[in-house]
Amino acid sequence: MIDLKNLTISKTHDCLIKGDFTAVQLAQSYLDKIQDTGQDIKAYLEIFSDVLSQAEEADKKIAKKEGGLLAGIPLAVKDNILIKGRKCSAASKILADYTAPYDSTVASKLKDAGAVFLGRTNMDEFAMGGSTENSAFGPTKNPSDLSRVPGGSSGGSAAAIASEQALASLGSDTGGSVRQPASFCGVVGLKPTYGTVSRYGLIAMGSSLDVIGPITKTATDAEILFNAVKSKDAMDSTSVEVSGAGAAVQKKFKIGIPADLMDTDGIDEAVLRNFNESVEKFKSMGYEVKNVDLPNAKYSLAVYYIIMPAEVSSNLARFDGVKYGLHISGKDVIDDYFMTRGRGFGREARRRIMLGTYVLSSGYYDAYYNKANQVRNFIKNDYKEAFKNVDFVMTPTAPAPAWKIGEKSNNPLEMYLADIFTTPANITGLPAMSAPSGFKNIGDKNLPLGIQLMSDYGREDILFKAGKDFLEEELFI
Amino acid sequence: MIEIKDIEKLAELSRINISNEEKEVFAGEIESILNYVDQINLAVGETDKARSLEDGGFKNIFREDRDSHDSGQFTEDLLESAPEKENGYIKVKKIL
Repeated sequence: MIDLKNLTISKTHDCLIKGDFTAVQLAQSYLDKIQDTGQDIKAYLEIFSDVLSQAEEADKKIAKKEGGLLAGIPLAVKDNILIKGRKCSAASKILADYTAPYDSTVASKLKDAGAVFLGRTNMDEFAMGGSTENSAFGPTKNPSDLSRVPGGSSGGSAAAIASEQALASLGSDTGGSVRQPASFCGVVGLKPTYGTVSRYGLIAMGSSLDVIGPITKTATDAEILFNAVKSKDAMDSTSVEVSGAGAAVQKKFKIGIPADLMDTDGIDEAVLRNFNESVEKFKSMGYEVKNVDLPNAKYSLAVYYIIMPAEVSSNLARFDGVKYGLHISGKDVIDDYFMTRGRGFGREARRRIMLGTYVLSSGYYDAYYNKANQVRNFIKNDYKEAFKNVDFVMTPTAPAPAWKIGEKSNNPLEMYLADIFTTPANITGLPAMSAPSGFKNIGDKNLPLGIQLMSDYGREDILFKAGKDFLEEELFI
Repeated sequence: MIEIKDIEKLAELSRINISNEEKEVFAGEIESILNYVDQINLAVGETDKARSLEDGGFKNIFREDRDSHDSGQFTEDLLESAPEKENGYIKVKKIL
């Protein structure tokens, strides 16, 4: 029996190379674990039927010394990332039976690396939400407390890692959808610099905001998976070359605390206490901590809830019941559209499409969409100035720990407010990482908390360095 | 103030059927979201010129305007997902 709890990607790679166990044995251990706990947590929408044969192929690669660090590593993939020949539904009824006709760039890179795909993970429909409660196929449960949400929208990908149902996973982050569930589940989540990971084959939500990112147990694993999937890709013209800044140089790093954001009402007391303890921990490790001005960062959430729905209304126009996906027949061709979209999209998707249609309609376009883009530039400028003085901007990842399933279902605005600390990274395109920082104890449950570090464009290297320091990873390697 | 007729208009523009019960719910929710996002008018700041379009920080990226693949190369794979098809075409109801 393989001890899954203590495995990391690098440790597993060593074991596979040394022959302590095979990729097939490892995959079987994860399948057994999923069999045991999967029904309680519902992290997956589907476990692939060919996991063991993928693992056999990986074992051949390892034997021939062809595989890299990811050969034979069992991964979970969010249900909005296309893998050729497999179902990909974005947790929506409108794509329930859709089969991907091609590989996303990240999937083809991972296939080449010899990774093993265990299955596709649950999410909020079209990645719209912060709890997975908007999945058309029912919510995922938080492994720390089954009555609570795992966060979202990549809730299945985070819950799978927290409950040892995969060694690492991919999510997508449009407003916090990798970092917030990572925080709620007590694991590491990275939102890379916009454009560093190709969006080709990612089902689009907000195209100027979306980025694919890793969810892992350690910062070291996040670095390995990020390096494996990043690329400038001819199939995504917004993808960018990454300078490939290697390991961060040793220096005295400066962390900035933005009072403008931390003064927000509604931060849970335990979150605030934990945040201050985390600041002290960084100080004790030699990091310098100072205040930093980001006067417009607090408008990120408002800007986000204009730009994102605007892009949603445009991106989701393609689902019409004609080309692919659900088709419900009406009295004529236009009625086909109305029927298919009315029944195929869940409530949150319909709400956002209509909100986006509103902010883009003539008469409101300047007041909302153009104004939001102007403020988006103010926010970018604030961060540009800030990074002249500090290496990191640090906040909690979320203002409160995981909430009860159903608690916020009838108040979308309240649900949106949970994104207050995560949306600035999407609005600016900057990279950000959530790292587990402790717990809030409620009754006999320990609810995970997380801190978020943001750095300048393309500086994932120092995020990994700070993450490894904070999680004391070097000590265990 | 978002009224039911506004929601009906948005649903029509979005080509989405919604029930009468939902129209009222959506009107209230969308109004509260619009009230929240109105705060962007309080923002005061400067544009990061180095990264703005006018300064050449971003540029459009085009591929060459020629056939990027052989005609018909992906037709079968893509039509596989179409709800209704006939002779290599997607089929829809009569329009005229």
